[in-house]
Amino acid sequence: MTDIASETDVLLQADPRDQDRAAQKRHSPIAGFWRTPKSRVGLIILAFFVLLAIFGPLLAPYDPNALSDDLLQPPSWDHLFGTTQTGQDVFSQFMVGARSVMVVGTIAGLVATVISVIVGINAALFPGIADELLSALANVFLVIPALPLIILIAGFIPSGGGWITVALVISVTAWAWGSRVIRAQTLSLRNRDFVQAARATGKSTWSLITVEILPNLVPIIAGSLVGTINFAILSQVSLSFIGIGSSNDWNWGTILFWAQGQQALAQGAWWWFIPPGLAIAVLGMGLTLITLGIDEFVNPKLRPGGLDKKALKRAGVRSRVGYTAVLLEEEPS
Amino acid sequence: MTQQHIGEPVLEIRNLSVSYGMGDSEVKALDDVTLTLRRGEVLGLAGESGSGKSTLVYGATRLLSPPGVVTSGSVLYHPADGSAAVDILRVDDRELRRLRWSEIAMVFQGSMNSLSPVFKVERQLIDVIAKHQPHTTRRQRVVRARELLTMVGIPQDRLSAYPHQLSGGMRQRIMIAMAMALQPDVVIMDEPTTALDVVMQRQILQEILRLRSEVNFSVIFITHDVSLLIELADRIAIMYAGRIVEEGASHEVYRNPQHPYTYGLLNSFPSLHGERKAVVGIPGSPPDLQRMPSGCPFNPRCRWAFEDCTEVMPPLEVSGQAPREGHLVACHLHRTSGALPVELTPRREVPTR
Amino acid sequence: MKYILRRIFFYAITAWAAITINFILPRLIPGDPVQSLLNRFKGQISDEAAQSLYVLFGLDTSKSLWDQYIEYWGQLFRGDLGLSFTFFPTPVSEVIGQSLPWTVVLVGVSTVIGFILGTVAGVLAGWRRGGWAERLIPVTSFFSSIPYFWLALLMIAIFAVNLGWFPDSGGYDIFTDPGWNWPFIASAIYHGILPALTIVISSFAGWMLGMRNMMVTVTNEDYVVVAHAKGLDERQVNFAYAARNAILPSVSGFALSLGFIVGGSLLTEMVFSYPGIGFVMFQAVQAKDYPLMQGVFLVITFAVLVANLIADMAYVFLDPRTRSEV
Repeated sequence: MTDIASETDVLLQADPRDQDRAAQKRHSPIAGFWRTPKSRVGLIILAFFVLLAIFGPLLAPYDPNALSDDLLQPPSWDHLFGTTQTGQDVFSQFMVGARSVMVVGTIAGLVATVISVIVGINAALFPGIADELLSALANVFLVIPALPLIILIAGFIPSGGGWITVALVISVTAWAWGSRVIRAQTLSLRNRDFVQAARATGKSTWSLITVEILPNLVPIIAGSLVGTINFAILSQVSLSFIGIGSSNDWNWGTILFWAQGQQALAQGAWWWFIPPGLAIAVLGMGLTLITLGIDEFVNPKLRPGGLDKKALKRAGVRSRVGYTAVLLEEEPS
Repeated sequence: MTQQHIGEPVLEIRNLSVSYGMGDSEVKALDDVTLTLRRGEVLGLAGESGSGKSTLVYGATRLLSPPGVVTSGSVLYHPADGSAAVDILRVDDRELRRLRWSEIAMVFQGSMNSLSPVFKVERQLIDVIAKHQPHTTRRQRVVRARELLTMVGIPQDRLSAYPHQLSGGMRQRIMIAMAMALQPDVVIMDEPTTALDVVMQRQILQEILRLRSEVNFSVIFITHDVSLLIELADRIAIMYAGRIVEEGASHEVYRNPQHPYTYGLLNSFPSLHGERKAVVGIPGSPPDLQRMPSGCPFNPRCRWAFEDCTEVMPPLEVSGQAPREGHLVACHLHRTSGALPVELTPRREVPTR
Repeated sequence: MKYILRRIFFYAITAWAAITINFILPRLIPGDPVQSLLNRFKGQISDEAAQSLYVLFGLDTSKSLWDQYIEYWGQLFRGDLGLSFTFFPTPVSEVIGQSLPWTVVLVGVSTVIGFILGTVAGVLAGWRRGGWAERLIPVTSFFSSIPYFWLALLMIAIFAVNLGWFPDSGGYDIFTDPGWNWPFIASAIYHGILPALTIVISSFAGWMLGMRNMMVTVTNEDYVVVAHAKGLDERQVNFAYAARNAILPSVSGFALSLGFIVGGSLLTEMVFSYPGIGFVMFQAVQAKDYPLMQGVFLVITFAVLVANLIADMAYVFLDPRTRSEV
């Protein structure tokens, strides 16, 4: 029975002896990743927000802190996203806040991922006490609910801890998941032939890691990074919403904090709380799509297709496990 | 050696073609294969990995997982009571489910994965009885399950065991027992001994022969190890790159192989008896089905290949050079007028049964 | 059994870690929060109360760190989590005791509903690749990308403010008598619907995606093909053979999901001013009420550990391979 699975795999893998460069390009992993609609949409969304982060503060028409006499105005050409209870321009707050969101999210994500890579690889390559301790540590941080812990730690920091502090606090909890995944992957790599071979020829552990292992971990690390950034952004925004975290930067959570505090809902000031929240949601979804795209890339079974859907639809057959599709030329007798 | 009376066809596979994927990425795994199983017969199906032997039977029973698609052909099943033949490929789902297991059963490889790890053995033996014979009571089904275990020589207390608690040999026997549950007409065995050691292999094979004499069913036996088939099978079909390249009575094929591939296969196994000789093997490797050589798929590895071989696909037919009854071969050497290589020439008369 | 014991041991370690974190944190911040509190409520604090606060915050510099640690543990064992600053002089344990049941019910019910709905949807999506269930995935992913608190705001805006179908805050109608009477319970349920819906919608996608991915993997396993070969109904194969195996990672991964859901539920409570432990945390944070913050954190963590233990026991029940240690 495993014969079937291996037959299928054998048949559908690109021939490694493929000398045709064009064919190689077609089969290249990056090309495949780009072609997946999920990843493409996700990357476009991400690019949009990165641009927003870079140019946002430059494009903001007003100083986000500036008060004015236009209190609680709905959107207009003057104020694209309307104004707050104190006459501040929501659009400017939004544009300025984009940078904070992206920066904190990225820093937290990077720091957490670096930690998880270090922990994960070390746990896998040095079995025994080191592995047990590191794994236990990761598991502890996984089980303890992240947000309450982040809130607790952030709450103890004297108010106005800058965004770097927030980023670091978030990374304290965010590294655990990635380290588990990386450890698992490194373990499976460790037992593979080429690693054993490298070991046998006396390669130093360091070069083993950089040359043999890390390149193979790239997709997993990329997926972990994106997922962690997603988590970090969400946490940062949540912290600001509650009122902890850097209160002097206008990240979207802060905007919502004020919106909530000033009863924007009850007053029907939808323009105040819809844009920031929507932005968070869209950005989050973009990152999730990229993660899904990476998932599909890593696990080919998740990819939709293998069978040309249109061709099958034309033939009127559905493909199911246990009921192989049969193309009928004529009506069944 | 079988003593059964070999009768009318029970399973006719005609012009079966199977592809993986469709459109641009379509790979032809099986190309216009015709094969007939007769009642009471043991038909051996041999070939390397990727030859299409498993694809053939899974395609024929519609158990091929996506992205496999059957692109043409028919599979006629002739019920024992003489009623009209049924085309398995065209029958509706309900009828297909009815036919499955009660008429045509499969013995899968007894790997860890063939049994659901979360159910006891008893449940997996019984649910198929419950499905096909709903009028039976639970007690009757348990009794039957016990019978089945005894049939394959497993202690009855194993009914309450989980698959991970059993050895490989036991799991394989359970797969066999499971196949016997509804006394099917046709049993397809997919490499049932591959994962086992030689001693266990022998036991299982003997088990199978014994069951055959008791219960009387027809068998398609798939393996990559031709030597197993020589004693076990009545007929042997050799597959290569999705086609049947040779087919005939087992002793005939063994003594007088007519296809270069078969010859290579048979001479790849060192014999325990007889004089020592150089083991030949077959140079090269099986073709990539996405890029098949033109003409005969074996030609790159064949030491007797000539012009025709790279141009035209040879049909499966009786040899023109050395015709033997019931012995088919797909090779241009047998279609030309030149002399046959001595290796592929029939040596002596084979005792007929 | 050994499996459960190992898990309990792990949870004990995690609990120890949480307690230790609680112990260390206040000792990292500069300044003396207790002193300011004492100044504020001069004369109203008994000596024991002041003493317990000192133990909590480690301001008794006459003792070594280790001694403080031991004392802290002692206090915890007596159930003394200190006095709340905001609800002074109510002990933290009492504040938590009043709000915890609300959260447990809300989060418990919502999680179970979300799990069941999400898992079933995942089974259907994995069963019929490319069917309607699978097309749901982008939509549900979107909903799960929405921060819990924003979804809560949206729900209020749409269903409470605009449509007026549900109340926009609170856990119950303040005009009813808290207690085991029908009007109270009815209003509690009524008030709980929007928060619960928020949690269910947000967590649904996670369960669904996880289950669907696992179904895809499992459906390609040999035993599923064997089940089909046996002529069993598609429904039987997909639920009894495929889903039954595919659900295992969801159960064992419950820990991770629960942590995230609990976090989100806290935010939801804050938005709805729902009288649960999340709202209490919110108030504690606003007021820099350290003892309360710490107490809430501990209780939440313990609750999560207990929930995990239950999930582990369910896992042992579901997967026979964990029962016999090979």
